[in-house]
Amino acid sequence: MPDSEYTQSAGTPHGSSDVDEVTDVSAVSELDVIEERAERMAEQELLGAKPLGLWADTWRRLKRNKLALVGLGIIIVFMVVGMVQVIAYPLTDGRGLTPYPPNQQNYDLSPEGRGSPPSVSHPFGTDYMGRDILSRVLVATRISLLVGVIAVAIALVIGLVLGPTSGYYGGAVDSVIMRLADIFFAFPYILFVLLIMTVLGPGFVNVFLAIGILSWASFARLVRGQVLSIKAMEYVEAARAQGASDLRIIFRHVLPNSMAPVYVAIAMAVGGAIVTEAALSFLGIGIQAPDASWGKMIADTLTYLWAGSWWMVLFPSVALTLTVFGFISFGNGLRDATDPKLKE
Amino acid sequence: MAERLLEVADLSTHFFTHAGVVKAVNGVSFTLDRQETLGIVGESGSGKTVAALSVMRLIPDPPGKIVEGSITLRGRDLRALDEDEMRQVRGNDIAMIFQDPMTSLNPVYKIGDQIAEAVMLHQDKGKDEAWRMAAELLERVGIPDAKNRVKQYPFEFSGGMRQRAMIAMAISCNPDILIADEPTTALDVTIQAQIIEVVQEMQEQYHSGVILITHDLGVVAELADKVMVMYGGRTVEYGSIDQVFYDPHHPYTWGLLGSLPRLDVSEKTRLTPIKGQPPDLILLPAGCPFSGRCVYERPECRDTWPAHELIAEGHGVNCWIPRAEREEIRAELPHFKVEVA
Repeated sequence: MPDSEYTQSAGTPHGSSDVDEVTDVSAVSELDVIEERAERMAEQELLGAKPLGLWADTWRRLKRNKLALVGLGIIIVFMVVGMVQVIAYPLTDGRGLTPYPPNQQNYDLSPEGRGSPPSVSHPFGTDYMGRDILSRVLVATRISLLVGVIAVAIALVIGLVLGPTSGYYGGAVDSVIMRLADIFFAFPYILFVLLIMTVLGPGFVNVFLAIGILSWASFARLVRGQVLSIKAMEYVEAARAQGASDLRIIFRHVLPNSMAPVYVAIAMAVGGAIVTEAALSFLGIGIQAPDASWGKMIADTLTYLWAGSWWMVLFPSVALTLTVFGFISFGNGLRDATDPKLKE
Repeated sequence: MAERLLEVADLSTHFFTHAGVVKAVNGVSFTLDRQETLGIVGESGSGKTVAALSVMRLIPDPPGKIVEGSITLRGRDLRALDEDEMRQVRGNDIAMIFQDPMTSLNPVYKIGDQIAEAVMLHQDKGKDEAWRMAAELLERVGIPDAKNRVKQYPFEFSGGMRQRAMIAMAISCNPDILIADEPTTALDVTIQAQIIEVVQEMQEQYHSGVILITHDLGVVAELADKVMVMYGGRTVEYGSIDQVFYDPHHPYTWGLLGSLPRLDVSEKTRLTPIKGQPPDLILLPAGCPFSGRCVYERPECRDTWPAHELIAEGHGVNCWIPRAEREEIRAELPHFKVEVA
C-alpha cells in the first residue's frame, strides 16, 4: 500500500499538494490503525494473552463509544438515586431521602400561586403549592426505577416463556403465540395501555402490570427469532443425540445462546417503560396525587408555563429526558458493540 | 462370529413438505456387528445422513417420518420405543459425532461441562466425578494437558481438538454404536488422519461398531470393513472394501471410483466426472434413481427398480445390466483398464 502511493506521487512530480495531503492523511490513519492494534494487543496481553471473551470484547468496543458511556453514567446515577429512594421510602414513611418532605405544601413559598423560582434554599424552585421541586424530582426517581425494573421484568418473564416455546416447537404452537403477539403489536400502544388501565383501575401496581403485559410481545418475537437460528445449530442436534430432553436443550443450550440481543432490548425497554409511565401519569391514570411522578409533575404544572413559571416543568422534564436518553444511548451502544457485523 | 449390534431392514424415511414428498431414504437395509466399521458413501442428498438419523430416531417430525422398515438394536425394536426410552438409547447405546466440530460444541459452556453433561445424562454420577471422567476422556482422545484443557471454552480449542472433544463426549457412555457423520470433512488433511486414528483407537478400546458416513472414499478405504454406496435414497451397491473397490458392479460406483485421482497410475489419465446432477428427491423416477445420469441406461431402468443381485458372499448390487455385460463394460473403462494391465 505505501509502495503504490509512493509510485503514484513520484509519477506526478508536478502533482498538486492535494495529493500529498491525501497521502499524509492516509499515512496518519494507517499509523492510527497500527497504534490501535498495538494497544489492543497490549490489552490482550494484560488479560493473560487470551483471546477476548464476548463480554470483554463488547466492553472494549463500548468503551470507544462516548455517547454510550455517557448513557451508562446517567443510568448509574439514576439507579443509585432510585435505589436510595426505594430503600428510604418505607423507612421515612413515604418522605424519601430528600431535603424537604416532597408533599409538604407551603403557600408562603408560592406567592400569587405561581411558586417561587430556583434559589439557594430551593435549587429547583417550588411549585404552585410551594412544594420543593428538587425533593419531588428525587422521590419520583423511585417510581421510574420501579416501573422500569418491574414492568420490564414482567414483560421479560412472559416473553422468555412464550418466545422460546414458539421458536422451539414451531408449527401450530408457534402460529398461535405469534398471532397473539401480532394482536398486541397491531393496537396503538398508548390506547392499549389506556384500555388496560381502565380495566385495572388507576394505581401504582397496575401501571407495572399494564406496561408489562403490553411489552412481552417484542421480547417474545426477538427471542423466537434467536431460538429459530440457534436450534438449527449442530450443538443442539449433538445434545439431542446424547439423549438430552427438550427442556434441557431449551434451557441449557438454546436460551443462553439467544440472550445477547435480549440485553440490548432490556436497556431500550426500561427507557420505554419509564416514558410510558410518565405518559400515563400525564394523562392522569398513572400515579395518583399527591405522590410525585415525573410525568404527573409535568402535567400538573404545564399550565403555569404560560404564567412564566418555567422551573416547575423544566426540572422533571430534564430528569425524564436525561434518564430515557441514558437508557437509549446505552442500548444503542450495546447493540453496536455486540453486532458481529461491525467487528473490525 | 461377532455379535450382531444393529439390523436395519427396508428402511424408508420420507419428508412431507408442502412442495411434495421428499423420499430421502427408500428401502435401505444394512447390518453392523461388534467392532465392525460400516462406511456409507454417497454424494450430498443421497440419504446417508437421514439413514443414520433415522436409526437414532432424530428425524425432525414433522415434516419427517420413518414410513417403513425395522431398526433392531441388539434384538430391541427401536421403532417401538417411546420418546423417553429412546432418549435412554441416544448417547448411551448409540452416540454420534457430527461434521463440523466448530459448531457442534456449545460456545457458552466449558468443554468439561459438556462432556460431564453427557456422562451425567446416562450414568448415576455426581458433578465432581463426571468432571474427573471428562478430563480422563479428553486425555484418552489425545488432548495434552487435559486436566487444564477441560476447563477451557470451545473457542480456545482448534478444530481438530474440538473434534477430539466431540469423540470424548460420544464415547463417554461406552456406546455400542458410534455414528460418525462426515467426521473429517471440515478438517484439514493432517488433522483428518489424526481423527481417523482416534476413532480407530476408541473402537478398539470400547469394542463399538462404527457407522462412518462420508463422501470421501479414501477415508472409507482407511477405516471401514464394509461399505454401502447410496444414491438417491437407495443402496445401489454394498460389500466389503475389497469387493466394492476392486470388483465394483454398479455404474454409479464406477463413476465414484473413476472420479478419484490415483497415485499408483504413472501415465496421465483424465479423471472421469459423472455428468449431470443428483435427482430431485421429490421427483425420483420409479426405477433406478441413477437413470438419467447413467451412461448405460436401458429402457427398463427408469420405471422399475432392479432386483437385488448377490455377486458374492456379502456383496450385492441393484442394476439392470446383466452381469456379464457389466464386466465387459467395466473392462473398457480407463480407470479400471490400468488395473487389468
